[in-house]
Amino acid sequence: MTIARFWRETPQRYNLGGAKCTVCQTVYFPPRSVCPSCAQHRQSIGKLEPFHLSGEGEVVTFSVVHDAAEGFEMQVPYVLAIVRTREGPQLTGQVVDVDPKEVKIGLKVRATFRKLREEGKAGVIHYGYKFAPAEDWDGRPPGRGMPAHVPSELPTRPAEGSARA
Amino acid sequence: MEAGIVSYGVYVPRHRITPTEIGKVWGVDGAGMGAGLNVHRKSVPAPDEDTITISTEALRTALIRGAIDPQEIGALYIGSESHPYAVKPSATVVAQAVGATPNLTAADYEFACKAGTAAIQTCLGLVGAKMVRYGVAIGTDTSQGAPGDALEYSASAGGAALIIGRERVIARVEDTVSYTTDTPDFWRREGQRYPSHSGRFTGEPAYFRHVTECAHRMMERVHTTPADYQHVVFHQPNGKFPQRVGKQLGFTEAQMRHGLVTPFIGNTYSGAALIGLANVLDHAKPSERILMVGYGSGAGSDAFDLTTTEEIAQFDRSFGPPVEQFLHNGIEIPYATYAKFRGKINMGGE
Repeated sequence: MTIARFWRETPQRYNLGGAKCTVCQTVYFPPRSVCPSCAQHRQSIGKLEPFHLSGEGEVVTFSVVHDAAEGFEMQVPYVLAIVRTREGPQLTGQVVDVDPKEVKIGLKVRATFRKLREEGKAGVIHYGYKFAPAEDWDGRPPGRGMPAHVPSELPTRPAEGSARA
Repeated sequence: MEAGIVSYGVYVPRHRITPTEIGKVWGVDGAGMGAGLNVHRKSVPAPDEDTITISTEALRTALIRGAIDPQEIGALYIGSESHPYAVKPSATVVAQAVGATPNLTAADYEFACKAGTAAIQTCLGLVGAKMVRYGVAIGTDTSQGAPGDALEYSASAGGAALIIGRERVIARVEDTVSYTTDTPDFWRREGQRYPSHSGRFTGEPAYFRHVTECAHRMMERVHTTPADYQHVVFHQPNGKFPQRVGKQLGFTEAQMRHGLVTPFIGNTYSGAALIGLANVLDHAKPSERILMVGYGSGAGSDAFDLTTTEEIAQFDRSFGPPVEQFLHNGIEIPYATYAKFRGKINMGGE
């Protein structure tokens, strides 16, 4: 992935920045500029506002990866899951800080900030969201998730490949 | 001083390794080594954790606990000797990740183990001068000791973020003072993977001299004696040095109790004194006096005289784990996993 493309997606990867349609209240991640849920799409133009996901959700389905993708060799076996967020959108992400045997459908998770990959030893380091069990080691809410008031300076331009309904 | 700590957050990676396990690999009495250093376990970062991720988690906790709008942060400094990049600030990534950009100043600090306390002083200046509303001081490290070196038994990972401000202060900073000299007790040259140290020289002329001198200067300045403090926190490269220096200065075990965290998580370098302070704040009630003395090799000490306010009684600690959870939980891993996580295995290639 090029540096520029990753940099453009920083609001989504760092802060789970999406968009919310102020007409029908549907939340999108990544952000969109037109709402496909509104009966007349045109009605929603200019009505989508930046919206940050809370990072809370639950595992919809998952896979335990034993044959690692490049750059993930040190983390095998690791869990890749589809997480349904509290606000609606479903995200794909790694579930960390958990024994793969303990992951099950319905597991409550929260977003956590981790290193995603490195462009070799001399290249740039990419960071972004992963997920970890929401119940922390003694059942208290963990120190993860998003601060209460993340700024809304996000571009509403849809991310690459996300314009389809 | 009008400024003080408004909120705080801590993050320590989940994995742990014991000195016994490390000693087994090198043919050393690890249990004895651990007992001598008073380090029972140390934290180990996962392959996807570094100074930037740990700092971000700690600061997010601090922001949520204090209900602070990240856009109100005017300055953000991260003290560490394990910044992931040699050139490119950790502070910009963390600022972006918590939503504090673009209207703030940010920089990375390095002063061995005391870069975090240096960041607090900078923030106190900026906040006190009303140049910023909130300043963030973070101390985080994922430091390493060379395989088999004495440092390997203690060097760990973790960090704490303090939000410094003038409003809703939970611990007012009454005063701060520093003591700095050129003392070559510990260093890492550019491009070197592991640090070097001058063995026993790291003790008397380095840690003990600087911490003692700085603590004395602090107490002289605010006209206090050890008996005036409910809590004391020292930099803690191991569990032994802070106990010894505390005793030398006239503090009791009870005063040192909450501020000593290294025996359970190892030496988190720039994070060590700050995590100790966070544990004190987890337990403190209003109107309690705290002395914190940081130390960084090279060498220098920063001391802080703090008093908790009535605000701490209302402070919401419910978000994020209390420090004690990090001290007493975690998953123990064998040396082989630790070596893999820390990149100590030669995988070939470059």
